[in-house]
Order: sequence, then structure tokens, then C-alpha cells
Amino acid sequence: MTTFKTSFSRHAAIKAAMAFGVGLGLMSPATAADPVKVGLMLPYSGTYAALGEAITNGFNLAVEESGGKLGGRDIATVKLDDESDPGKAVQNANKMIKGENVDLLVGTVHSGVAMGMVRAVKDSGTLMIIPNAGAGPATGQLCSENVFRTSFTNWQPAYPMGDVAYDKGYRNVVTMTWKYGAGEEAVAGFKEGFTKRGGKIVQEIYVPFPNVEFQANLTEIASLKPDAVFVFFAGGGAVKFVKDYAAAGLKDSVPLLGSGFLTDGTLQAQGADAEGILTTLHYADGLDDPKDKAFRAAYKAKFGKEADIYAVQGYDTAQLFRAGLDAVGGDLTRKDDLIKAMEGATIDSPRGDFTISAAHNPVQDIYLREVRDGQNVVVGIAAKALNDPATGCKMAGN
Amino acid sequence: MDFTFFLIQALNGVQYGLLLFLIASGLTLIFGIMHVINLAHGAFYMVGAYLVWSLTGVFDSFVVAILAGIVCAAALGWVIERFLVIHLYNRDHLDQVLLTYGLILVLNEVQRMMFGSDVHGVAVPSMVAASIPLTDTLSYPVYRLVLAGVCLALAFAMYWIIQRTRLGMWIRAGAANREMTASLGIDIRRLNALVFAAGTALAAFAGMIAAPLSSVYPGMGDNVIIISFVVVVIGGIGSVKGAFLGALAIGLTDTFGRVLLPEMSSVMVYALMAAVLLWKPNGLFARA
Repeated sequence: MTTFKTSFSRHAAIKAAMAFGVGLGLMSPATAADPVKVGLMLPYSGTYAALGEAITNGFNLAVEESGGKLGGRDIATVKLDDESDPGKAVQNANKMIKGENVDLLVGTVHSGVAMGMVRAVKDSGTLMIIPNAGAGPATGQLCSENVFRTSFTNWQPAYPMGDVAYDKGYRNVVTMTWKYGAGEEAVAGFKEGFTKRGGKIVQEIYVPFPNVEFQANLTEIASLKPDAVFVFFAGGGAVKFVKDYAAAGLKDSVPLLGSGFLTDGTLQAQGADAEGILTTLHYADGLDDPKDKAFRAAYKAKFGKEADIYAVQGYDTAQLFRAGLDAVGGDLTRKDDLIKAMEGATIDSPRGDFTISAAHNPVQDIYLREVRDGQNVVVGIAAKALNDPATGCKMAGN
Repeated sequence: MDFTFFLIQALNGVQYGLLLFLIASGLTLIFGIMHVINLAHGAFYMVGAYLVWSLTGVFDSFVVAILAGIVCAAALGWVIERFLVIHLYNRDHLDQVLLTYGLILVLNEVQRMMFGSDVHGVAVPSMVAASIPLTDTLSYPVYRLVLAGVCLALAFAMYWIIQRTRLGMWIRAGAANREMTASLGIDIRRLNALVFAAGTALAAFAGMIAAPLSSVYPGMGDNVIIISFVVVVIGGIGSVKGAFLGALAIGLTDTFGRVLLPEMSSVMVYALMAAVLLWKPNGLFARA
């Protein structure tokens, strides 16, 4: 829903006017004294609003920790609510690219919107960093020099769960997700990992997105009696699924496995029904890492909230951009060197160090987590330095 | 599918249908009877869910929170009718769409400012938190059965009030001919405010009672608005009986569609609507 857009664009316009003088900004060439303009195109309303906020907070925190500057340049941000509406994605991205003339476009959460943005920057050549959306093609078939990602591909956290499930002795598994890109890619990742070891997918259940009436499918699962169930759900749907699963009595008889989003940012609402669920993700609670502890403390002090994976991804988006800007001394005209530096960067992330793959996706550890006392406690590493196969990406030689 | 699971799925279908009736019941009043296109119906549903979530924190009792929530929601509906909707009765449907769409934006933003963007859960009241085992792997939550009972009672009460009481007669008369009803000495203004407030309270009540099942999150109302209109349209505009049967038909179609034709499940409900409208263009029980 459009709730925020007008106020944001007005705000952005005022900001632009203050920085450059209206109209002048477009005409005068950027000098080192001008701030670097970063466009945050994220969901600031609707179901994903909390994610957009967390990413923004994380980004701002990293900028602030570098003294408000990256690569010696001031950073000016412009926000735009993408409304999680793929229909408006290209138009909104162009508003940022052509209207606001941003140097870096950051976005977004919804995979469909992110793909629209990827298409828009492919034409303009604008540098873009994806802080969440896991759509495979963004760093696969449609990968491109100027598009980076600091989050994950949908395949990435799901694939190692195949091994985990097999090692737990599960052989027959039912998968269930919404019928949309992210869900299908996650299930495909799990399936690849699980069947490679010899496991069998008894049934793949798809429900229309974003429908949250699961009772019929839970009854079906009960009649199939699999060894375990693997699901991909997020946000309100994840809360409802976990509660319904427990209320249907399945929690005690058929273990529930998931991509980490099932229990991230949702545990308070899921309560006891989530206890014991195993998930895999590139982040976890209780990581024994000083960087993570410092990050969480700083985040909580500044925003009065616990940091989550989305905040980490936003934080690392600024860190990755800083790595590029530092290398060129803030000179955005040296774009090739800037991209090269970002490609070669090792990011000191709260999730643990990660590097950037040839397809511009993080090469990162995937943690196995268990819900204990309302926290996603790390219980092991499900895959070390996991690289997405980046199917179809020419930069990765595929 | 063996017979036991067929029966359980039928139960799922009926239970989902009853819940749909509850969600759409307020719209039956406001859109079906008052002929006001109320796109904010889903937003009222969300208001209810957030009300019960915040009020359970205050009162520590689900039932008391619901009662208090209903009062708040009815007051909200009354205010909206008095100050906004009242100007629209004699105007174009498009004006109503514009106003009620605006209400969605306002209510969503107020929600965001007051409660933030996090997902919240409301605990199922402990008295009905148990589950009844049906097979060795599957149990049925008692709360869903209670919900079904409440929906049935509400359906009966609505039908009785509208078809069998003097108040219901006034409401139907007011919907049929506003001027004539007013000239017979019935305070049509107060009647409209009452119906609109009742419709708002019903939408909010649906959100409240569904909150323990569905969780509470921003934009949750946007998902129920379309299905609510489908229920009212299938049932026939203005017919409580039609909305009830329409909701049950949708519940069963959706449930069995998911199990038997999973690839088609997202269009089954709309296919049903198209079929009903081809057969009866005004819905199942349209009043002429």
C-alpha cells in the first residue's frame, strides 16, 4: 500500500534542494565536496516494513561508525518506499537513477522488485547493492558487473539443510512453501542437497502467495506421515504456519525444518510453538564473535531494538560500498577500480567474515540453528564458505 | 485420500468457510445492505486484531479485551460514519471508493506509528488452548471449533435481527428507499450510523477472534478484503443467507482445491465465483 511515498519523496526533494539548490544539482558535475548520493529503495510500508527499517538502520549505523563518511566523502541518503510492488519496480528505480541521480542504488527485500531494479540498472550502469532479496537470477543469469549482493541467494541457506536432514536420519520429507520465486528456489535448494545424499521428497506442497490458510495442507501432511517437513515461509505467514503446525499436533510427531527466515524476527510472536525447530541461515544468535557483540550492542543503543539478519545485511551493504570507495579515495569516476575493490573485499561482518564470489554474491558460512528460549541459537556450521552455483552467470564462467 | 481424511478435510473446509463468513459479515451490512463500497473493511479487520493484541496486555483476559475492543471499534465506525461516510450516500460509487481507499492508507499509517512494523502473536485463551487428537499424527485445535461455533451463532443472530425484528425491517426499508423510510418517521441518519458502526465492529471482531490463529502484522487487512467481496458477491448483495452459503462454498472449494488440484488452487475460488455469476448474475440469493 502507498502510505509513505509522498512524504518521502517530498523529504527527498527538500534534501536535494538543500544540498545543491534546486535544478543546479543535475547540471553541476559532482566534485569531491559533494556528498555521495545513496538511494535506499526499500519497503517502508506493508508486510515487509520492519525489514526495510532494519536494513536502513544497519546501513546508517555503518556510515555513522565511519564518521558519517565513506571513502572520505559525505553520504547523503534518499529514501523511497518500493511498496513491495513489482509492477512499480522499474518506474521507482528510474526515479532514483534518473530523477535523483544516485551514485549507489540499494534495494530491496522483495525478489520481484529487486529483479525490476536489476533490469533498470543494467541499462543505466548505476552501481547497485541488494541488501536482502534472494532471487537467484540477480547473481545468476542476469548477473552484471555493477550489481552486488550482501545477503544470500534463496538456494544458499536451504541447500545445506539437505545434508542436515539426511544426517538426522530423515529419508522421506515433505516440502511446503508459497508458490512464488523465493519459496520455489529455496525448496529447489533443499531438494538438491537432500536428494543428492539419497533422500526422497515425498510431496512438494505449494500454497498461493500470500495465503495463510494452511489447515488443509497440514491435514495432508498428517496423512502422508513423512520423517520431517521442510518449509520456506517468512514474516506473518511464518508465524501462522509455526503456530498452526503446533496446534495440529504435528510438532511432536513430524519435525519441522526450515530456511532460517521461518524463525527470524518472528520468535516473539511464535512463542513456545517454535521451540526446537531447526533452521539454516547465514546468521544466528549466540555467535561467539566480538564483531557481532559490538554490532548488536551499538545497534541496540542507537535504535532501542535487537539487531537481526536484515540489520546485518544493511550494515554490510555500507561496509561493501566503503571497501570500494576507500580503494579509489572517494573518486566515483574510477568506477572500474571501485568495482574491482568491491569484488576483492573481505567483509568483516557480524555474521562472520565473507568474501564476494565471481557472480557478486557472498561466499559465506551457513549456520545450523535451533530455537531455544526464544532465540535462534547456533548449534553448528551446516556449510563452510558456501558459494552459490550462480547458474547462467557469464562472470562466473557458467 | 481415505475416508477419515476426507472427513477431516470437509471439517477444515466448513471451519474455513465459517471464518470467511465472519470476516465478510460486516461487509454484508455495509456494502450489501447500505450499498456503500467499503474498501476499508480489511483495515477495520486489522484494527480489531491490533486492538485485541494491545488490550490483552491491559486486561489480561481475552474475553474482556474483545468486549472492550468491540466498543472501541463501534465508536470508530460511528465517528467515521458521522464525519465522512454521511456525505457519500447520495454520491457516486467512485467517491466512496476514493474515501474508503484513503481510510486504508490512514489506518495503515496510524497502525505503523502506534505499533511499529513487527509481527505479534496473541495467545489462544488457556481454557480452549487444547487440541483433540483425530488420528495418530493429527490433532484439531479446540479454538478452531470454538471459532466455528461463534461464527454459526453470529450468522444466526444476524439473520434473525435483519429478517425478524423491527430494527431489521427499518434497516431493510432504509436500504430500499431512503427518502420514503425517512418520511415515515424513522430516523434514517441514526439508523445509518448504527448499521455502519455495527459493520465496523463486526469486521474488527473478526480480526480479534482470528488474531490468535493468524498473528497480528501490518497490512494484514489487505489480504482479506478481496475474499470478503467475493463472499458478498457470490452470496448475492444484501443477503445474509447468501453470504453464509457463499462463504461455506468458498471454504470447501478452497480446501478440496488445495488437496485435489494443487496447481489450480489459487484460481479455484475465482472460478467458483465466475461460475456462480454465469448461472445467477446477481449471486445466489439476490434481492431484486
